[in-house]
Amino acid sequence: MKKTGFIVASLAGLLMAGTAYAQTTIKIGVMNDRSGIYADITGEGSAVAAQMAAEDFGTDKGITVEVVSADHQNKPDVGSNIARQWYDTENVDVIADVPTSSVALAVNDITREKNKIFLNSGAATSDLTGSKCSPNTVHWTYDTWALANGTGGAMVAAGGKTWFFVTADYAFGHALERDTSAVVTANGGEVLGAVRTPFPGTDFSSFLLQAQSSGAQVIGLANAGGDTINSIKQASEFGITQGGQALAGLLMFVNDVHALGLDVAQGLVLTESFYWDLNDQTREWSARFEEKTGKKPSMIQAGVYGAVTHYLKAVEAAGSKDPEAVMAKMKEMPTDDPLFGQGVVRADGRKVHDMYLFRVKKPEDSQGPWDLYETVATIPAENAFRPLADGGCPLVQ
Amino acid sequence: MATQASPLDTPRAASPGTAGMPVLHMVIFAGLLVLGLIAPYVLYPVFVMKVLCFALFACAFNLLLGFGGLLSFGHAAYFGGASYVSAHAAKIWGLSPELAILAGTGAAAVLGLAIGSLAIRRQGIYFAMVTLAFAQMVFFFSVQAPFTGGEDGIQSVPRGHLFGLISMAPDRNLYFFVLAVVSIGLLVIYRIIHSPFGQVLKGIRDNEPRMISLGYRTRRYKLAVFVLSAALAGTAGATKAIVFQLASLTDVYWTMSGEVVLMTLLGGMGTVFGPILGAAVIVTMQNYLATFGDWVTIGQGIIFVVAVMLFREGIVGVLARIIKRPL
Amino acid sequence: MFELLGIPPQALFGQLLLGLINGSFYALLSLGLAIIFGLLNIINFTHGAQYMMGAFVAWMLLNYAGVPYWGALFLVPVIVGATGVVLERVFISRLYHLDHLYGLLLTFGLALIITGIFRNQYGISGLPYAMPKQLTGGQNLGFMFLPNYRGWVVVVSVVVCLATWFVIEKTRLGAYLRAATENPTMVGAFGINVPRLITLTYGFGVGLAAFAGVLAAPIYSVNPNMGADVIIVVFAVVVIGGMGSILGSILTGFGLGLVEGLTRVFYPEGSAVVIFVIMAIVLLVKPAGLFGREV
Repeated sequence: MKKTGFIVASLAGLLMAGTAYAQTTIKIGVMNDRSGIYADITGEGSAVAAQMAAEDFGTDKGITVEVVSADHQNKPDVGSNIARQWYDTENVDVIADVPTSSVALAVNDITREKNKIFLNSGAATSDLTGSKCSPNTVHWTYDTWALANGTGGAMVAAGGKTWFFVTADYAFGHALERDTSAVVTANGGEVLGAVRTPFPGTDFSSFLLQAQSSGAQVIGLANAGGDTINSIKQASEFGITQGGQALAGLLMFVNDVHALGLDVAQGLVLTESFYWDLNDQTREWSARFEEKTGKKPSMIQAGVYGAVTHYLKAVEAAGSKDPEAVMAKMKEMPTDDPLFGQGVVRADGRKVHDMYLFRVKKPEDSQGPWDLYETVATIPAENAFRPLADGGCPLVQ
Repeated sequence: MATQASPLDTPRAASPGTAGMPVLHMVIFAGLLVLGLIAPYVLYPVFVMKVLCFALFACAFNLLLGFGGLLSFGHAAYFGGASYVSAHAAKIWGLSPELAILAGTGAAAVLGLAIGSLAIRRQGIYFAMVTLAFAQMVFFFSVQAPFTGGEDGIQSVPRGHLFGLISMAPDRNLYFFVLAVVSIGLLVIYRIIHSPFGQVLKGIRDNEPRMISLGYRTRRYKLAVFVLSAALAGTAGATKAIVFQLASLTDVYWTMSGEVVLMTLLGGMGTVFGPILGAAVIVTMQNYLATFGDWVTIGQGIIFVVAVMLFREGIVGVLARIIKRPL
Repeated sequence: MFELLGIPPQALFGQLLLGLINGSFYALLSLGLAIIFGLLNIINFTHGAQYMMGAFVAWMLLNYAGVPYWGALFLVPVIVGATGVVLERVFISRLYHLDHLYGLLLTFGLALIITGIFRNQYGISGLPYAMPKQLTGGQNLGFMFLPNYRGWVVVVSVVVCLATWFVIEKTRLGAYLRAATENPTMVGAFGINVPRLITLTYGFGVGLAAFAGVLAAPIYSVNPNMGADVIIVVFAVVVIGGMGSILGSILTGFGLGLVEGLTRVFYPEGSAVVIFVIMAIVLLVKPAGLFGREV
């Protein structure tokens, strides 16, 4: 496991700071996809974000932080193996990030069994704070419910009443379709149909033509990663967007749009909880991030920063790293960081903040390679996430 | 394939009567057992259990390839299929671990019988292709079927209580159970290889027409070894599901079939101990190089190439040649 | 979900056309595999990786050397074919005396190495390759909108496939090739350099894969995994067509593209596996494949 810690610096800080607190050493394991389709939106960038959080937190509070990282290759078996090993033999206190819902659910279980803390930023499944919720887990950045709610609700409100889904044929795709359908119908829209595509796929033209001939106003892409990118490219190739049908990316990230290019992605509507160009604070942090990584941060990387920051504050407030005490503090203290502003962590582990509906800019409106979005709407925190009572989380009852 | 390259053209040393095990093999088995007993106190038990499961998987595969002369490119189907069944049995039906593993083994045997009876009609690469095609169908089924949980797999499988009595939750308790299961599996394989049945198999591997003309119904033998190999691969997969408390698509994907070929090839196909070593090397490599991402893939590729180009007998095969005894 | 009766005939026609387009890739790739198998008796597992290399080399030529699509279409098969020649000389040629399962294992290993290297170097999220200006846009055929590029893919692959078939079946060079497949010693005795013939054939098969890669680059993202996804399917195509049968692999490639296209309409979830089902059935009924000779 690669050690990106900076114990020496921290110890130096500690010596200067005196002895207000007993020294607490914290080991954060950033586990994500470092070689696969999510490597750009998580990967090394998330480890950098965790380290930045530790640096910004400061070394003067008696807390020493070490960051390690590993690649779960988007496989639940690899991820659970790493999690076990980290907790059992390497004294990792916290696992952070973990994109890919199937892996996140596995790490969620193990973390609970071993009584450690899991700060999820990367995974989408809303089950993490619903039926599978755990007293040891905080789900920071987004979830399927929030994405469906943001994109689905806003598109219907903007007149996209009829929908057709192109759904990746696996549990996650089905969940995304299910959640979005619910939002669409709740807002008075209608779902005309769906086509299940083998996962992973390369050629989506056939499915897109089926979507086209359905006559739906909106084609919802209930897929992720390479599937989404290929569907969008091919939709543009077959003149589907030009024909007046709108594409809604239900799980898209700023890096995907950057990779697609504005020519192809323009007009696409999507929901995120963070964009580097939101305000001065996000711009300043993102500039620092870009210096280290050469890329603008994704919302997931920003979420790792936010979650680790809040966790470290909670450790400081609790005066120990005992998981129960720290989790209690995390849920008790309001969150405040430069990237997500103020928010709370709910009893079910859901972090709540504003979400934003973005539209991808036209090439002629873009000022630079990362100037990709215009904000269509801000979804206020109280409406952005699934209501506490609806998730079916046993911790809430 | 075996005609040119089998490292064991003279394995008949292990007498066809087969009452006893050669002293050398007994010593090695004893040594392995001692290693197995010490290992959990030195190494991380979960890691060693993983090695054990793959060792059994590779040996089961080797039974088919090394002794039956049949290259299956779809062994993931039995390994992964059994892991689903045993995970389902333990989690939903609440079976104790030993029964769950038996259920998985049984399911793999049935699957092996169904696929094997069709596949053994073909030979060489055609055989490999048919097994691959069927494995792809099993994979497709695993993605689709509701009970497998799609890409989430079956998670939080309870380790349960052995015979309903001994808790398997502590790693070391489970470890000794797994060690016992794998040891029994390996001894079964050893026994099969050195039985009269195994001798006939080797005869078929080396020259099928001759065996047919000698009056053997070779298809029956091939089907039997196919089913045995599938069942034992199933035992390995079922055990792995209990150890990791997870059954996932990784175990039924075709790359898993490739990995077991690699383990067997590296260790030495047609040797008794080769696949164990091959599995240990590959699993260790995956474990410790995991952080380097794609270097694992590249490393595996290099091992494949080197093994095919330079030592087709595998590590143990080369050793056996040096000491001039079958291993 | 789509109903059988819910599909108007025009839409069905559109889907068939799409199937044909995918079939062109299957045909080009399986043709290369079939040629290699026919002459070298090697199951070239590296074929998918070489297809991927074709797309990547096209991307590199464009981005590092400014060579446009049309240049790449000719240069890439030569460049990637040359790497194939090297692989054949260094590795594969040493295995001819062994069972061809070893060839399968070797090329499987080579595929892992090549894919791993490209993944390390370029990540996995895919690189964009712009469509050539001349082929953007599309035709409205009434029943569907056909992008010009896709039409071009079908036309050019049919031409290349037929030309290859012609060369192998109808020319003197092809006759040498076929003869060398049957009896290399005899052909060698006629003064033909058989090893060189074999090497060049391998290079040619690889070149075809690379050519398919260039064709694919503007449609799919240029991705290190693009070969791994397609190779298993193409294997199935070759097996169904009959190992080593040139015409068989071409016809089967297009045909299975059509079948897959239909499956996408009537049972989309099954479209990834339909080819394997067909393969299993064909092998059991007609073991040498649809167009293969019984051995």
